[in-house]
Amino acid sequence: MTSPTPLHFHVPEPASRPGGKPDFSGVSIPKAGSVRRPPVDVLPEEIRDLAYSIIRVLNHEGRAIGPWVPDLSQDELVAGLRHMMTLRTFDARMQMAQRQGKTSFYMQHTGEEAVSCAFRIALGPDDMNFPTYRQAGLLIAHDYPLVDMMCQIYSNEHDPLKGRQLPVMYSSKKHGFFSISGNLATQFVQAVGWAMASAIKRDNRIAAAWIGDGSTAESDFHAALVFASTYKAPVVLNVVNNQWAISTFQGIARGGSGTFAARGLGFGIPALRVDGNDYLATYAVAKWAIERARLNLGPTLIEYVTYRAGAHSTSDDPSAYRPKHESEEWPLGDPVIRLKQHLIAAGAWSEERHKQTEAEILATVIAAQKEAEAFGTLHSGGKPSARDIFEDVYAELPPHLRRQRQQIGV
Amino acid sequence: MTMIEAIRSALDVSMARNDDVVVYGEDVGFFGGVFRCTQGLQQKYGVSRCFDAPISECGIVGTAIGMAAYGLRPCVELQFADYMYPAYDQIVSEAARLRYRSAGDFTCPLVIRMPTGGGIFGGQTHSQSPEALFTHVAGLKTVVPSNPYDAKGLLISAIEDPDPVIFLEPKRLYNGPFDGHHDRPVTAWARHELSEVPEGHYTTPLGKAVTRRAGEAVTILAYGTMVHVALAAVEETGVDAEVIDLRTLLPLDLETIAASVAKTGRCIVLHEATLTSGFGAELTALVQEHCFYHLEAPVMRVTGWDTPYPHAQEWDYFPGPVRLGQALREIVEAR
Repeated sequence: MTSPTPLHFHVPEPASRPGGKPDFSGVSIPKAGSVRRPPVDVLPEEIRDLAYSIIRVLNHEGRAIGPWVPDLSQDELVAGLRHMMTLRTFDARMQMAQRQGKTSFYMQHTGEEAVSCAFRIALGPDDMNFPTYRQAGLLIAHDYPLVDMMCQIYSNEHDPLKGRQLPVMYSSKKHGFFSISGNLATQFVQAVGWAMASAIKRDNRIAAAWIGDGSTAESDFHAALVFASTYKAPVVLNVVNNQWAISTFQGIARGGSGTFAARGLGFGIPALRVDGNDYLATYAVAKWAIERARLNLGPTLIEYVTYRAGAHSTSDDPSAYRPKHESEEWPLGDPVIRLKQHLIAAGAWSEERHKQTEAEILATVIAAQKEAEAFGTLHSGGKPSARDIFEDVYAELPPHLRRQRQQIGV
Repeated sequence: MTMIEAIRSALDVSMARNDDVVVYGEDVGFFGGVFRCTQGLQQKYGVSRCFDAPISECGIVGTAIGMAAYGLRPCVELQFADYMYPAYDQIVSEAARLRYRSAGDFTCPLVIRMPTGGGIFGGQTHSQSPEALFTHVAGLKTVVPSNPYDAKGLLISAIEDPDPVIFLEPKRLYNGPFDGHHDRPVTAWARHELSEVPEGHYTTPLGKAVTRRAGEAVTILAYGTMVHVALAAVEETGVDAEVIDLRTLLPLDLETIAASVAKTGRCIVLHEATLTSGFGAELTALVQEHCFYHLEAPVMRVTGWDTPYPHAQEWDYFPGPVRLGQALREIVEAR
């Protein structure tokens, strides 16, 4: 009897590491316009292939082609471009503010601006997002004041969250933006519950859940899919696959599954995969899923294929785990440049107008920053009161917190 | 009413008064729960108000937080407190902190019911008393009723409370009071005065303890099943103890505790849960902080052992009236 070959342990590795050549040959990119657009009441089993493809609208020349071209006017697209440019400028200023010691921490969106900016435009005013920390476009594209965002980042006396939360963990019910936890994946299942509540109350509001590729490994993600599937909750389940979970490449969370979208199939949830750097495709797919939810047809899972061009946060250095110029080789390009190119090709934009707009946005963001800094930054100027530590733990201050507040003398 | 009927009545009254109250959990809908606490509610209020959930405590509590943020008042059931761990992240990191981290923009009026404690030969997976894992968390309220009247009044208060409440139901008390004498015939609630429960709406305030027996020699701090154990031990030893039923562990009625210990000068803390870092440690610390100059003996703790909850050796583990009786004799003689 021969002894069997010993088992071996498998650990997936990305295509390349620092010092190597960026390699995206494994990412198969279908031609723009080539993926069909089914009706929103399609049965999930009839569109299983869409979980493995990538819906794209903008081609290499910047033309919008195919069945997913959305009904957005040129003015609306210009507004979308401005939102993305504002988010990028905002990021640059806040990143710098962190480096200057004005706050403890910041997280940029570089390369992922289209996902949240386009989604917000597709959503209704009474709907609710359960975002992660990389969807500030949901606020910016919904006219949330930049000054309030900055005051939160600075934890100053004007911080709407009274200095209690880490920078960028915004909250605004009025703007359909649920309080960001900072714990990963927990809010994915809460979005499903919020959507269930809307159906229980027979309202027309829908929820949008947000998660990154890495966090889909959490049990909360799977619980969310079970509940969404069982109760046909009016929710859009958004997975932003930006390829990297800090230093961990997406293959570690994805495992043997072909795509993150394919995770929905076993739950009978229609799943679409979309070019997350294509503002038009992202908007069109979001709109499709939102309409499904609104028509009581149940949940949709969307995987946005994008790339985190910047660091995970101000505490991260990607050169330690991926090739230095990998982001430049990303085959789906840059969302801002692609929409700009589209608008120029359509005759609705020009390099000159783009430059002017850049300058104008920078001036707006700097003005907001000055205003915010007048209320203080993390280590100087006005700050929230020590009294605020004890408020809002409960609706009413219980006796033991009253005693502790007396000890601190406030 | 039995404890089960009282809990069911609290849910019924709350659902009738407020359309926003929804009830769900494993086996909770059609069947009415493994302990029957939700029996008939689906038939009465429809499937969208009372329904079965997948076996996912994380999913049950996670969706309930979303519902509470929407404006509903979910009251969910976890089948056993022993099964709450998959939901713990949702409870600790989310439900407990939502009001705080959003500065009141979002709130979480949520009740999580779960059967707690031992005495039913449930072994390590149906007997745990994890109350200290909740009282340690800022933003939660933790309630443990000891009888049908309080169970109903406290549960209605919990459902009407603007913040998340953990509602621990001592499962050994569901069908009758239990004083720890496992070898004696089971008694029914019918003969107990606190099984007189009004049909309609009333509340028992959270954060208020009650003195079950006035006494001069020693104060016993207890909650849930242990209240009955304490009363039995007092009767059997003849020690003139004051028995305080805490009812709510957080917020805690320190005033009642301190007044009693100031009077008696001695204190025993009693609970089923494990000793080390148990809620008794907090009670003991508070008593020495607030009553040190009145104390005539060290505060004693009578609790479960620091082991997993055993099956065959249940009565060696359970801190019954014999162990408490020994402690009572010891503490009154100490000086």
